[in-house]
Amino acid sequence: MTDAEFDALSLSLDVALRSVLFSLPLAIAVAWLLTRRRFAARPLLDAFVHLPMVLPPVMIGYVLLLLFGVRGPIGHWLYQHFGIRTAFTTGGAALATAVMAFPLMVRTIRLALENVDRGLEEAARTLGATAIDRFLTVTLPLMAPGILAGAVTAFVASLGEFGAVITFAGDIPGETRTLPIALYAALQTPDGGTEAARIAVISFAIGLGGLLMSEVLARALRRRLGR
Amino acid sequence: MLDVRLALQRPNFKLNVRFTAPTPGITALFGRSGAGKTTIIQLLAGLLKADSGIVELDGSRLFDSAGKIDMPAEARGVGCVFQDLRLFPHLDVEGNLRYGFNRAGRTDRRIAFDRIAGLLDLGALLRRHTWQLSGGERQRLALGRALLAQPRLLLLDEPLSAIDAAKRREVLPYFERLRDELTLPMILVTHLFEDVVRLATHVVLLESGCVLAQGDLPTVSLKPELNLLLGAEGVGAVVVGRVESVDPGSGLATVTVGRGQLFVPGEALQPGREVRLQLLARDLILATEPPRALSVRNQLEGVVTGISADPPHNMMVQVDAGGVRLLARVTEAAAQELRLAPGKPLWVLVKAVSLRSHSR
Repeated sequence: MTDAEFDALSLSLDVALRSVLFSLPLAIAVAWLLTRRRFAARPLLDAFVHLPMVLPPVMIGYVLLLLFGVRGPIGHWLYQHFGIRTAFTTGGAALATAVMAFPLMVRTIRLALENVDRGLEEAARTLGATAIDRFLTVTLPLMAPGILAGAVTAFVASLGEFGAVITFAGDIPGETRTLPIALYAALQTPDGGTEAARIAVISFAIGLGGLLMSEVLARALRRRLGR
Repeated sequence: MLDVRLALQRPNFKLNVRFTAPTPGITALFGRSGAGKTTIIQLLAGLLKADSGIVELDGSRLFDSAGKIDMPAEARGVGCVFQDLRLFPHLDVEGNLRYGFNRAGRTDRRIAFDRIAGLLDLGALLRRHTWQLSGGERQRLALGRALLAQPRLLLLDEPLSAIDAAKRREVLPYFERLRDELTLPMILVTHLFEDVVRLATHVVLLESGCVLAQGDLPTVSLKPELNLLLGAEGVGAVVVGRVESVDPGSGLATVTVGRGQLFVPGEALQPGREVRLQLLARDLILATEPPRALSVRNQLEGVVTGISADPPHNMMVQVDAGGVRLLARVTEAAAQELRLAPGKPLWVLVKAVSLRSHSR
């Protein structure tokens, strides 16, 4: 593995990890809203969350650029108040992958939440637990296998995100050149064939390893829950 | 006292009940499935909201539709043992037991952790996970968890229905022990009269969302409404007696019932203890002359207090036997021949084997 490939690999892991950490609490909140709350705008929220699955990733990157670019409404505000720039930074790459992987994460977590026995929450109520207390001590632990599965799936998917990242964060070696972008860059150079192959193998190994690990962890967690 | 007046209307179900339950004491909600028993439990626990009515426990209003009071379930101090137990699978036995205990105010902890673990024999199981427990152990854990939350009232929703007969015999004594050791009011939902006789002090008979009858167990056991729920074969007076002595040779206990005495099989009974006996109406024999030279040893003197038709061909005779009210079923022909009428003195014969005794 060359230094450049190693950089791309560690950057990919960094981006994917940030993306999952940022989006996980939000994904749990959205999954909870979609499962437990009845409100008029629920179908709209549901559809909105799933948009990244059906829209071209490049378009998502473009929309992010419009919103989070230095002249975009959110980007401008962030820069003015906190001096934070997102477009064309590692953080931006993480944001783009987070948006793309979000529907996947919400879907998995939602499934886990739907499987939580409401009766156990009622039992916790009669034992004196208030709403937040119940959620933290009963609902969340019971959802844990699903949350873990959602996080790992989103993590692995984040490693592979290309279109949205290259549009919003560009191709800056060491900053936004993740594995798929490095792969694409290698293919663009005349004799990058072997490099491309090596990157492909690395990506493949990480993807497969991640999915297997998630399965093993989820099984261990389910065993702890006696299922 | 628990005072309940509740109405609830659902598309395919209507509930309109009014009853009181003594505190302390065990009140059984007895009725067929679909009578509204579990709905009442949910209303009392605060997991379901009634359309109108009140729930008042020892002077404090838990629910009052007119006064816009609806105390949330987590603040009611009403414990619940659910039919499906609802043990937390992600916690071990101790975690389950401590869930409510840790959330009860420190000053409210009348019921100590070690005491419940001891009473319910859970001390050796604390590190186990819930799915490693037997049916009876799971039952005890659910009971212990609810008790340690320091409830003011404990609701038991068919607590014995999920386990087989052998397990029932294992778990029932624990319930009796709790009843006798903790002065905690309980509402027991059941569709088995056997459980009512064994555990309850008061009974509320429910049918189709309405109260058919209510009162203390001996009184309710005489109600004709019970016919509907128990069937003709199961009807019989429940009487409370007191163990005088036990003859180890014959295994028979002498039990004082009113001013008379009965011999009951029960080597394990302890002299001085109160027992409940159910005398099935079909097992009583009436005689208008002092019976002699009979194999039936249990005889009580009494007087007819009432007589009513028991279709198709029988009569139900109410007898006051020395302060104890009994029910006897006789044929119409026999009632005519013996000229049974209120005020008529007679002797009641009971086969010893037909007595069901329940230690208390």
